[in-house]
Amino acid sequence: MIEFKMPSLGSDMDEGTLNEWLVKPGDKVTRGQIVAIVETTKAAVEVECWQEGTVGELVVPVGETIQVGTTLATLLAPGERAEKRPGPRVSARPRPAIKTAAKPAAAPSRAPSAPLTPPAAPGRRRWVSPAARRLAQSLGVDIDAVSGTGPQGAVTISDVEHTAAAKPATKPTAKPTAADRAAQMRKSIAAAMSRSKREIPHYYLADEIVLESSLSWLTTRNAQRSIDERVLVAVLLLKAVGIAAQRFGEFNGFWREDGFEPATGVHVGVGISLRGGGLVAPAIHDVPDKKLDELMDDLTDLVARARSFSLRSSEMSDPTITVTNLGDQGVDTVFGIIYPPQVALVGFGQPVQRVCVIDGGIRVVTTVQATLAADHRASDGHRGALFLTAINELLQQPDLLEK
Amino acid sequence: MTEEDIRGVVLSVLTTIAPEVDPSDIRDDVLLRDQVDLDSMDWLSFLRGIHKRLHVDIPESDYASLRTLADVVGYVEKNASKPVA
Repeated sequence: MIEFKMPSLGSDMDEGTLNEWLVKPGDKVTRGQIVAIVETTKAAVEVECWQEGTVGELVVPVGETIQVGTTLATLLAPGERAEKRPGPRVSARPRPAIKTAAKPAAAPSRAPSAPLTPPAAPGRRRWVSPAARRLAQSLGVDIDAVSGTGPQGAVTISDVEHTAAAKPATKPTAKPTAADRAAQMRKSIAAAMSRSKREIPHYYLADEIVLESSLSWLTTRNAQRSIDERVLVAVLLLKAVGIAAQRFGEFNGFWREDGFEPATGVHVGVGISLRGGGLVAPAIHDVPDKKLDELMDDLTDLVARARSFSLRSSEMSDPTITVTNLGDQGVDTVFGIIYPPQVALVGFGQPVQRVCVIDGGIRVVTTVQATLAADHRASDGHRGALFLTAINELLQQPDLLEK
Repeated sequence: MTEEDIRGVVLSVLTTIAPEVDPSDIRDDVLLRDQVDLDSMDWLSFLRGIHKRLHVDIPESDYASLRTLADVVGYVEKNASKPVA
C-alpha cells in the first residue's frame, strides 16, 4: 500500500486546507494526475500524485487543515489487492525533532488499537518526551489529554500527532477573501524572507549586459510571426539563466542542514507579482531543454494561473533557482533575496539605452543590469562572476537559446 | 463597428487582464501604462486579446505607437478592414 502524502509547497508554506478531492476510492490514478485541490495563502494548489495505483481510502476529509507530509490518501500499487484496514492518520511533520523519534511512529500501524490505550492512571507520573512536549505546544494540543503508547505509557511524538490529527478541523473553511489572502500571504513572505536574511550569507554581483544582438535577433524572429507566436525578451533571459545554471551546478540546488545538494534538473522559479499585492515564484520545469516557443507558452500559462491563484504542487515545491524581473516597473537594478532552500537568485532590471564604450568607440546601445544574489555557503564570488559572465555570453549568441 | 463599440471591446479586454480597473476611470489621452499596472506580459496579453476579439493583427513594430486608449481605438479603426495576417 502506498501512502500518498501532502507534498511540500515551498519553504514558506507548511500547511494548507483540503478544498476538494478530484478522485474517489476505486479510481485509477496515473503519474502527474491532479488528485486534490489544497488552499494555501498563495494559491489554490492543484496537488499532483506522482505514483501510479488505485485509490484505496481518502484519509483526510474536505475542509481539514493539514501539514506538509500528512497522509492524504492510501493507494494500492498496480497488482496489489484491496485489503480492508483502517487508514493510519499519521501526520509526519518534516521537522528535525521528529527524525530522532521516528521509531515509535511505526508502532501504531502494527497495532492499530494502540492509540486507544487508556491514559495513565491519574496521579501517576507520566513520562513525556521533551520533543513531544514541544510539538504539543506548537500544535496547541493539551499534553494531559494525550494517551501515551510508549514504554510505560510514555507520550511520544506520534501520540501527539495522532491527537492533533483527531482534533476537528479548526473551522469550516469559508473561501478566503482577497484581504484575508493578502494578509496571510504577507505573513508567508515575511517568514520566508526573514529566514533567508537570517540564515543565508548573501553575496551580490552585478554585470551590465549589452542586449543589442538578442534584441535585433528577437525583432527579426517576431516580425515573421503572428502575435500569438511572439516571444518576450524575458523568455530569452530565462533560457540564458537556465543554461548557465546547468553549467554552474553550485547555483542550482538547495542548501540543507548537512550542506549543498545539487538539483538534477534546472527548474527556474519565476517571480510573479500578484495584482492586489504579494508575489509567488513558481517553477518552469527543465528550462535548458525547452525551445523558446515552449518556454513562452509555459510562462504565459504560469503568469495567468498564478494571477488567478491556481498553481500546481510541483511548480510550488521544486524551483532550483529563481529569476526576478523588475524591469517593467522601470528600475535599473534589483538586488534579490534568495528564496530558501535555494542558493541563488538572478535579477534583471529595465533594458534601456545607455552610452557604452564598445571596441574603443562610444555607442548608444540597449543594455540590462543583471545581478546575482548567491549563498556564500554554497559558492564563492569567483564562480559567481563566471556564472554571470556565462549568462552575458549566452545573450550575445541568441541563436544558441532557440533550440 | 463604431468607435464607441471598439472602445467598449478594448476596455473589456483590458479589464480581463487587470480586473481591479474600473473602465469608467480610464482616460483616453493619458498613457495606459500610467493608469494601469501592466508589465510586458500583460501588455502582450492585452494586444493578443484585441487581436482575438477584433481581428486586427498588430506587428511588433507598431507596439511603440500604441500608448493611450485613443491610440489603440484609432489603430483598430484604421486596420480592422485589412485582412488578418
